[in-house]
Amino acid sequence: MTVVDRSVKPIQTPEDVVRVRQVARERAVAQGFSLVDQTKLVTAASELARNTLEHGGGGEVSIEVLNDGLRKGVRLTFSDKGPGIPDVELALKDGYTTGGGLGLGLSGARRLSNEFSIQSKPGEGTRVSITRWR
Amino acid sequence: MEKIPILRMGRFLLVTIQVDMHDRLALQLQDDLTARIVTDRAHGVLIDISSLEVVDSFIGRMISNIAAMASVLDARTVVVGMQPAVAITLVELGLSLEGVRTALNVDRGMELLRQEVEAAGRV
Amino acid sequence: MPSASTALERVLANEQEVLAEWVQLQLGSATGRLDLMKDSELREQSREFITLLRAALATGADVSLTSPEWSGVREFLAGVSRSRALQGFSPSETAMFVLSLKQPMFGRLRKQLESTPAEFADSLWALTVILDKLAVSTTEFFQKSREDVIHRQQQELLELSTPVVELWTGILALPLIGTLDSARTQVVMESLLQAIVRTGAAIAIIDITGVPTVDTLVAQHLLKTVAAARLMGADCIISGIRPQIAQTIVHLGVDLSEVSTKATLADAFTMALRKTNSSITSLAKSTATTQS
Repeated sequence: MTVVDRSVKPIQTPEDVVRVRQVARERAVAQGFSLVDQTKLVTAASELARNTLEHGGGGEVSIEVLNDGLRKGVRLTFSDKGPGIPDVELALKDGYTTGGGLGLGLSGARRLSNEFSIQSKPGEGTRVSITRWR
Repeated sequence: MEKIPILRMGRFLLVTIQVDMHDRLALQLQDDLTARIVTDRAHGVLIDISSLEVVDSFIGRMISNIAAMASVLDARTVVVGMQPAVAITLVELGLSLEGVRTALNVDRGMELLRQEVEAAGRV
Repeated sequence: MPSASTALERVLANEQEVLAEWVQLQLGSATGRLDLMKDSELREQSREFITLLRAALATGADVSLTSPEWSGVREFLAGVSRSRALQGFSPSETAMFVLSLKQPMFGRLRKQLESTPAEFADSLWALTVILDKLAVSTTEFFQKSREDVIHRQQQELLELSTPVVELWTGILALPLIGTLDSARTQVVMESLLQAIVRTGAAIAIIDITGVPTVDTLVAQHLLKTVAAARLMGADCIISGIRPQIAQTIVHLGVDLSEVSTKATLADAFTMALRKTNSSITSLAKSTATTQS
């Protein structure tokens, strides 16, 4: 599998969240995703970008375009140096919210993606990666 | 500052969301709508999302909030024009738009609002 | 091993000679399949392969299926696999395309490194490893592209087997035949929603007479479809519920309270008509009058 392209975007303002959606859409279109697959990727990106901004105190996202033989995909990795998530399992449980809507965003993003991984520790920030294949 | 325009059609308010909203704009819309429902004594709110290509949990919550606030003010809310890809994604996301009726387009939405208002016995 | 790739690179430096000998070899062998491919195309493929191979060897990177230095070669071979598969080559014939390069290179390596047997052995080994790995990858690409074709055909089959019918103005029917897995559900949802947009229907009847088993997953998929249709302003009626299915649904504790259900499609249709303020009436029989 090869990473054909990689770019990094900051997530520090609400406008950045809008831009992340736009870039995710562009990459998905370039990889030939169907409209539904595009929408799923962009919506998941929106959830995670918001989380990064609102719960992570700001951060960045790396957008990678993947080619695996004939399979085409897009991978987004959101990272922040925020407070971290004390109980990731709990946060991922459907419908769970810390009163700020963190839960639905994470579990929703997982449901909308083909691959999902998360690393988070209190005091060490959070890193969430999602991949969608065509 | 940009604002989302709110139109009045009889006793109903119509909002067309066309831009990729950021949070401040969304909150502004909630405030404006709530105020207009009171000043116009509106019976219902029609939210047209036919231009929205992405509806995430934030926008979903905004819509639910609007419906809840409108309900407290005895007004009904109908959302129209959801794109198929958005509907499929919302269902996958597990977002249920609580207290929100939906219709295919503005015409149907208006019809639905009229029916609901009639049923509620408002004049 | 850097020294080994250097030796190989040096051999390929006589690009034109190696190419000519290699192409001759392929044209002469049975796996050349001149019945499937023009020799100008074969020449071009061979030339490009050598160019890309040289470039990759020059970086000194280990040949692997993931390193970026070898991505050019890999992408090229993926393309070759695919086009040859379409032309009718067998996977071994395509693999031979890569493996047949060994012979011209063996010969030249021997000439160059005759006096240093250890280096000769290392280079030979490196060459074998590289070409073997690349040959195997062509077989994998071949298989993947076959899987793509199967997948595409499955999709088409899925779409063909989920027709959405407009029973009456504003009333759609979706007879589901076969199992309802998550892939199928996606296709079903898309077809149904597109039909709702196209026809402006307000009611969709989902008939599951042809669905053999309904377990928790299938029930979830059905409920998702209903929820998606509702977001588009259309109500759903699920019909064709056999007695065993009804039992299973209750046993599983599936909550269908939000969904209308009917045993038969006919009943569902009657309900749909009522919901859309329509009905079917029979024409009054006309009594024959005789003229006297």
